[in-house]
Amino acid sequence: MSKYLVNLKINNMPVAVEEGTTILEAAKRLNFRIPTLCNHPDLTVAGNCRVCVVEVKGARLLAASCATPVSEGMEVFTNSEKVRKARKHIVELLLSEHNADCTKCFKNGHCELQELASEYRIGDHVFLDLVTPESMIQDISSPSIVKDDSKCIRCQRCVRTCAELQGVSALAVVNKGDHQKISTFLNKPLHEVVCTNCGQCINRCPTGALTERNYIEEVWNAIYDPSKFVVVQTAPATRIALGEDLGIPVGERVTGKMVSALKKLGFNKVLDTDFTADLTIMEEGTELLTRLKKALVDKDEKTVLPMMTSCSPGWIKFQEHMYSDMLDNLSTCKSPQQMFGAVAKTYYADKINIKAQDMIVVSIMPCVAKKFECERPEMRDSGYQDVDYVLTTRELAMMIKQAGIDFHKLDEDHYDSILGESSGAAVIFGATGGVMEAALRTAYEIVTGREVPFTNLNIQPVRGMEGIKDATIKIKNVKPEWSFLEGVDLHVAIAHGLANARQLMEKVRRGEAVYHFIEVMGCPGGCLGGGGQPIPTSPEIRKKRAEAIYSEDEDMPIRKSHENPEVLEIYKEFLGEPLSHKSHDLLHTHYKPRKRY
Amino acid sequence: MSTTEALVKELVEKNGRTRNSLMPVLQGIVQQEHFLSEEALICVAKELDLSAADVYGTASFYTFLDTVPRGKNIIRVCKTITCHMKGKDEVIKAISNALKIKVGETTHDNKFTLLSANCLGWCHKGPVMLINDEVFPELTPQKALEIVEEYAKK
Repeated sequence: MSKYLVNLKINNMPVAVEEGTTILEAAKRLNFRIPTLCNHPDLTVAGNCRVCVVEVKGARLLAASCATPVSEGMEVFTNSEKVRKARKHIVELLLSEHNADCTKCFKNGHCELQELASEYRIGDHVFLDLVTPESMIQDISSPSIVKDDSKCIRCQRCVRTCAELQGVSALAVVNKGDHQKISTFLNKPLHEVVCTNCGQCINRCPTGALTERNYIEEVWNAIYDPSKFVVVQTAPATRIALGEDLGIPVGERVTGKMVSALKKLGFNKVLDTDFTADLTIMEEGTELLTRLKKALVDKDEKTVLPMMTSCSPGWIKFQEHMYSDMLDNLSTCKSPQQMFGAVAKTYYADKINIKAQDMIVVSIMPCVAKKFECERPEMRDSGYQDVDYVLTTRELAMMIKQAGIDFHKLDEDHYDSILGESSGAAVIFGATGGVMEAALRTAYEIVTGREVPFTNLNIQPVRGMEGIKDATIKIKNVKPEWSFLEGVDLHVAIAHGLANARQLMEKVRRGEAVYHFIEVMGCPGGCLGGGGQPIPTSPEIRKKRAEAIYSEDEDMPIRKSHENPEVLEIYKEFLGEPLSHKSHDLLHTHYKPRKRY
Repeated sequence: MSTTEALVKELVEKNGRTRNSLMPVLQGIVQQEHFLSEEALICVAKELDLSAADVYGTASFYTFLDTVPRGKNIIRVCKTITCHMKGKDEVIKAISNALKIKVGETTHDNKFTLLSANCLGWCHKGPVMLINDEVFPELTPQKALEIVEEYAKK
C-alpha cells in the first residue's frame, strides 16, 4: 500500500514524511532530538509522561510528539519558549514524585530521568516532594529483580513490556490518581506472582525503579578471599554486547578483551559457558533422537513430542506457570550455565585438585533469570550450589570500571583450559534460532554421517528476528542404525519473547501445528536481547548484536558441538556417553508446576 | 465448586468471555459478595484468560469495586465540600456511635461498613449518604440513624 507524503515544517525547516508518521519521528529525520521517557521503540505509544511536548502553530495546547501524527501544512516548534518552560516543569513535576537519591541509586549515571534533569539544569525544589514513606520499601523478594516504587515515574514501559512483549502481565497499573502505582496481583511480592524474572522490564525502565539484584560485592569478596578458588564462566551473548557499556560501538565483538579483563579482575580461571553449550547440544541432540525413536518406532505413549529447549530460565518459569500440563515436553537438559556449575564442582574440581567446597563459580550472563535459576533447589547436583553468583553483562562492565581497567587498550586473551574450548555452534546459542541451528548441525550429522545441507553450515531458515519461525528439514540417506528416520521431514519451530512463545504454545495445544522440536528463548532476539544486557535495547541494536554473533560463529575454527575436543574428552574421561547415568545425575533436571494466577 | 466459582461461571456465561465483560462480571460479584475476594479475582482471570494482576488493576481503579471485605450494607457519606458545610461530620459521628465503628470499618456482624465518598452530585440537598445503591439526601444525624435502623431490620 503506497502512502501519501505529508508536508510540514519543524522549526521552520520543511520536511515531507509518510502519512501516519509521528511528529517525534519526523523531527528525528531533521536531526532534532525531542526528549522522551515513556516512549520506547519496542512498545506501543503511551503518551503519558509528556516530556516530548511540542508547540503546533494554531493549536491551543502543546502536543505530545510521540503520540501526534503529522498533518499537511503543520508548523511545529520543538524548542520554543513555551515548550522549554513546559518541558522543564514536567521534569520538575516528575522529580517531585521521584526519590532523587541519585548518588545511592544503582542506576546512577544510567538513568534517563537523571539525564533529563541534568540537561534542563533542574535546581531547587519548585514543587513539594511527594515521595511517600511506604513507597520507599523496596521489593527484594526476587533473587533477580529489585522493585523500588519510590523511583517510579509511572511511565508504564514495564507494564507494556510485560504485556506486549512477554504476554505475562505480572505487572499492572493499580489504584488511581495520586495512589496510582505499578504493582502485582494484590500487591504481592514479586517472588509470589507469575513474574518469570526475564528482566525485560529492567531493560526498559527509564529510572532505577526496576533493577537487577546485584551481587558485585559478593563476587569481589570471593575474589579477595584467599581460601576460595573462583572460576568464572561467560555466556555466549555477553561477548558481543559487553563493549556497549564500556564505550565500544554496538555490534563489536569483545571476546578476547573480556577474557583479558576477567583475568585482570582476579578470577582464578576464566572459562566458557560455550563449552557447556556444546555439551548441551550433545545431551539435547541425543535426547531428541531418543525421543523420536521412542515415539516413532517404539510407539511409546509416555514420550511426548514436540521436545522443547530448556536453556532459557525465563521460559522455563513461564512454562511452569502457564503451561504446567506441558512440562514433559521440555528437554530434561539443564541450561548451559547449570551444566557448567555441575561439571565445574565435580569433574573440573577433581582435575585441578581443588575441593568443591572451596570453589566459587561465578557466571557472567545476559540474563537476570539466571540469578533465580542458580538458586533453584534442583541445581545442587554437585553436592553444593552448583553456580554461586550470577552477574549480568552490565554488572561485569561496572566491575571492570571499578577496577580501573582501560577496556579499549586491553590485549585479547584466550579462555583457560579445560572448560574453555568451544565451537561456533555454541556461540550462536546467544541468538534466537541458535540452539536449533546448533542442534541440527549435530543431530543431522549423527543420523546421516553428512553435514547439514546448507551453505557453509549456516541454516538460514532458522535465523532472523521474526517472532515465530518454522522450518522443515528432510532427512535422507541415513545411517543404518537410524533407518526409522529415512525420508522423515523434521518439523521445527522457534519463538523468542514470551508473547510469541505463548502463541506458539496455543498453536501446539490446539494441534494446529505438528512439530518435532521447538526452541524458545524468553527474551526478544534471544539471549542477545536478554534482561541483563546493556541498556538501551531496540530492534536495530538487537540486529547488530545478532550479526556479531553469527560472524563470531563463522570465525571459529570448530563450528559443530560434537567436534569440540574438550567435549569429546569429558565424555571419554568422565561422563561416558550422552544420557549416561552420570549425565542424568549432573546434567539433567526436572520441572515443577507453579500457580498460574 | 465453591459458591464464588459458581457465581463467576454464571456471570461469565451471562456476560461473555471477552475483555469487555470484565466490568459487568466484577460488578456482579460485588453485588452478591459485597467485595472481590482473592478467590473471586483469580476465578475471573481464569475465566476471561486475563492476568490476575490485570484484573486486580482494573478492580483497584474503581472505588465501588472493593477488594477488602465489606459488610452487607455499605454506607457512604459524602465528604466533599458542600456536604461538609452542611454537617456531614455530625451525620458520620451519629452513625459511627450507633454502629460502634469508625469510617473504613465493618461491624462485627458484617451488616454495615461505614465509608466516606467523594461528591455524589447531590450538593443541593446535602448532606447526603448512599446505602448500597440508594441515595438519602438532606440528612440530619437523627434522620440518618432512623434510615440505618431500617436497614438493620432487613
